Amino acid sequence: MHELAVTESILKIATEYASRAEAKQVTHLYLVIGQLSSIVDDSVRFYWDIISHGTLCEGAQLHFERIPARLTCQDCGTTYTLVDELTLCPHCQSDRVRVVAGEEFRLDSIDIGN
Amino acid sequence: MTTQRVPVVEKILSANDQLADQNRRRLDEAGVFALNIMASPGAGKTSLILKTIEKIAPFHRLAVIEGDTAPVTIDADKITAAGVPAVQINTGGDCHLDAVMVSNALSNLPLNEIALLIIENVGNLICPAAFRLGAHANVVIASVPEGDDKPYKYPNIYRGIDALILNKIDLLPYVQFNPDYFRQGVKILNPQAAFFSLSCKTDEGVGEWIDWLSARIKRAR
Repeated sequence: MHELAVTESILKIATEYASRAEAKQVTHLYLVIGQLSSIVDDSVRFYWDIISHGTLCEGAQLHFERIPARLTCQDCGTTYTLVDELTLCPHCQSDRVRVVAGEEFRLDSIDIGN
Repeated sequence: MTTQRVPVVEKILSANDQLADQNRRRLDEAGVFALNIMASPGAGKTSLILKTIEKIAPFHRLAVIEGDTAPVTIDADKITAAGVPAVQINTGGDCHLDAVMVSNALSNLPLNEIALLIIENVGNLICPAAFRLGAHANVVIASVPEGDDKPYKYPNIYRGIDALILNKIDLLPYVQFNPDYFRQGVKILNPQAAFFSLSCKTDEGVGEWIDWLSARIKRAR
């Protein structure tokens, strides 16, 4: 449900950077979204088409790079990727683990046309 | 037309984060400790707030910001009836509070007269996690009847929190709920979070939560 607010932020940031670069048009946006950030790509795309209409970003394509959640065990040092459910360290079964990736939530770059 | 790649590398909700920082500064200047309370609908947010008012109000003045998706004042009315100033935010269907809404609400509260501000977020385990408000402590309330698998299904909300409250522990004898499995999920996601098991109905465990909160209110003064 919060994808509308998220999409509005993406549009605002992309428009700012594009205006600063004196772009006539934004053609592609490259987003980096971690598995632990609860965002549905399709919803963002749906809102994007509506709210980018009539802006510098109209018609620009969204590209999502999804980063899997990764955890490192504090006891044995094993780093592992979450497939589905949260799991203990697969090597030593410790619950002393730390999330090291999967929370990314950023706009990395845009392609513009001058 | 020439095309060109422009690096951005900006957090998508950075505008909200900046305003949340401003909210934090306003609270700090007034010496107010603020809590952002998040939970699914029915976990007991309002019950815990009323219980907290009952225990804290004799020692500290406080106020409440009530986030609701619809223009109903059921929760705000209960708070006001307990003698505590409450500001209602109607999000107009939005699933979360954001820093702008809280900033507006702060302007309608006597910040210099209170020591504690409790912000009751919209009942939802997904969206509020993404929007920082500027509170000093983020708290999630889970409740026994919701089931012990919530950290596994909604991991994001457990990541940035300072305390987790497991409410309705008086129902443990009647409901399938494995406290160890639940705590393990929370620990994987957030080993630092303080953990409280309590029942707003029987008062069991409430004292430890109030002690934790009282220590933080005093530190903020």
